[in-house]
Amino acid sequence: MILESLVREGVTDVFGLPGGATLPLYDALPEYHPRIRHYLVKHEQAAAHAADAYARVINGPGVCFATSGPGATNLVTGIANAWMDSVPLVCITGAVITGLLGRDGFQEADITGITIPITKHNELVLDVAKIPYAIREAFYIAKTGRPGPVLVDIPRDVQQQKAEFVWPERVYMRGYHPQISPDPEEVARAAELIQQAERPLILSGHGVVISGAYEELRELAENGNIPVITTLLGISGFPGSHPLYMGMPGMHGMYWNNIAISEADLIIGVGMRFDDRVTGRLKDFAPNAKIVHLEIDPAEVGKNVRPTATLQGDARTSLRELNKLVSFKERGPWMARIDEVRSQHPSIVFPETDGILPQYAIKKIYEMSNNDCYIVTGVGQHQMWAAQYFWSDKPNSWVTSGGLGTMGFEVPAAMGVQAAKPGELVWAICGDGGFQMTLQELATISEYQWPIKFAIINNGHHGMVRQWQHLFYKNNLVASPLRNPDFVKLAGAFDIMGLRASHHDEVEPVIKEALAHKGPVLIDFRVKQDEDCYPMVPPGASLDETVDLPSEYNALAEARQRAAGVR
Amino acid sequence: MSTNGFDSLRKHTIIALVEDRPGVLNRIVSKWRQRGFNIESLAVGHSETPGLSRMTFVVDANTDAEQVVKQVDKLVDVVDIRDISDEEIMMREMALIKVAADSDNRSRIIEIADIFKAEIIDVAKNSIILEVTGEEEKIDSMYALLADFGVIEMVRTGRVALIRGSEASHQPPEHEGYERYPGGELW
Repeated sequence: MILESLVREGVTDVFGLPGGATLPLYDALPEYHPRIRHYLVKHEQAAAHAADAYARVINGPGVCFATSGPGATNLVTGIANAWMDSVPLVCITGAVITGLLGRDGFQEADITGITIPITKHNELVLDVAKIPYAIREAFYIAKTGRPGPVLVDIPRDVQQQKAEFVWPERVYMRGYHPQISPDPEEVARAAELIQQAERPLILSGHGVVISGAYEELRELAENGNIPVITTLLGISGFPGSHPLYMGMPGMHGMYWNNIAISEADLIIGVGMRFDDRVTGRLKDFAPNAKIVHLEIDPAEVGKNVRPTATLQGDARTSLRELNKLVSFKERGPWMARIDEVRSQHPSIVFPETDGILPQYAIKKIYEMSNNDCYIVTGVGQHQMWAAQYFWSDKPNSWVTSGGLGTMGFEVPAAMGVQAAKPGELVWAICGDGGFQMTLQELATISEYQWPIKFAIINNGHHGMVRQWQHLFYKNNLVASPLRNPDFVKLAGAFDIMGLRASHHDEVEPVIKEALAHKGPVLIDFRVKQDEDCYPMVPPGASLDETVDLPSEYNALAEARQRAAGVR
Repeated sequence: MSTNGFDSLRKHTIIALVEDRPGVLNRIVSKWRQRGFNIESLAVGHSETPGLSRMTFVVDANTDAEQVVKQVDKLVDVVDIRDISDEEIMMREMALIKVAADSDNRSRIIEIADIFKAEIIDVAKNSIILEVTGEEEKIDSMYALLADFGVIEMVRTGRVALIRGSEASHQPPEHEGYERYPGGELW
């Protein structure tokens, strides 16, 4: 029943790990091969992350399986990650037999209870005939409106029962009606605000990527002559080489963006939620600007900032409506002002060094991949550098853990991307800390021979922790230095090619060698250990207090005083 | 429990129409808990539509209810939810109060019950149970008077509320095309 339902939903790939409570499900898998390909992971967290990344790059639902109890609880981090980043993830878990539910049976965990706050919906199915309905609903809820994870929990005995398979053509829920099209009056008001604005900016988020509004966003930017800033998850929603593209804003965003936001008279937020990492100190965010908010989730409207016009609906639909009313406007002084800040504070420049600067290694990876690769990252300094230097033209080619900030996401996420895009080049930019949280999946990668290129930005520390300890905790480096394994030897143990670069001049050759190799490769970049990530908006500071370079440290020290105690 | 009518005027009264299924209350309360909000009272019961329950929440005036109401509205099992604090609403609460009473003071307690139009639903040798319905302030006042005799215990239902006039408080859910599960509900 479960697998037939998945086939009807068009599912072709599933990530999972079997256990007692999913044995009936796995027993039926061979019947569905190769219509459904199952990838065996080494830990359920990886199944959730892989399905999450898979969903992101196919712009559709990703599916993972786990057994009851520990199998299901191991999914929790992955589900929370998908929840925070609005990813349509469908998790199917086995539960203990009906008679044991709620009786602390072996390997029982109340997974529907546990995941209430981190799923869009979840369901415990107690009747085999209702499995197709529950799964149909799960997919419908996961992928419509603001996407999100849905969990379906099915006891083992229910999986084993027989019933006639009835596939519901449509599902209807009294309490679920996502609004897709914006109110025409609001569209007109937004268009008028845009026409009037002298210093407008587009802040483009994950919603643009999810709804596939790449062309529509470009049309708005070009028609309206408006510069485009992309949030961390909005990267690759707008062509990196476009003259109107400005890169990322916020805590480690481009200096010019943070200044531009502070000076703008109109912010057009498209499919983004004014997260604290974007806005800095909220009360001083964009003090001169009116806000136009294109947003699918009513709960996000007015949560952090109060918009003057709200286009509630799907980003793509809303942009199409808006584009009908927006016409070209000369904004010479505004563009000149941005160029001026940009030339005074170039943000992403770094000196030549004998050793390897982490930025240099990341920039080289990007440059040598000919604008045609998927980049997956973990969380921390390497992620911020990757976001700063990744100005690609390839739509939806940037996969990172944004809202939850899940270290270790990179390894399984790269698997998900490669499974979804078999012929494509996938780079996983890894931190040496995060990589060790999920490195067991190298075995999975070796098994399926996914030709992922892993670049470990190895600075021997939990780098972002070290940076904050350095800047805000008197350089008291507690529990941030790492005693790392020999990553090259480690790769060898998994039958994966291992390379190392310790010197500036070795960077290009190892990347070249990695790109030439057909299978998976792991590169250990021994980078400068104490490099800090700049620009930086100190925690609790406002965007116009962005520190562009370490040499502006005094400003940072002042801001640090103000922000004492703020995370 | 408020003794001052102005306090309770400023409280948020929120009504919701929800699917009558296990776990719904858990999902809704989880949203309040996540933001650290305390629910002062909560009443749940069947609505006029089979399969749907109506809830009435009362939360403190200082609560930023708008955000939580929006979050709760996103739940699939919540058909509709609205904050009706600024509407013209009728609200009632019921209380059962068990008062220590003997032959000496029983008549005085019955006198108080009459003033508040309370029903006497149980009389025992040393106690009496009163049932009173009204706005919270009325129950508060009656409790204050009864306290002199010794209140053994009290239970209150929490506020229930509807908007005045002929309009429904919630948009009635569409029935046409409702085909959630064969033969009705999942449960």
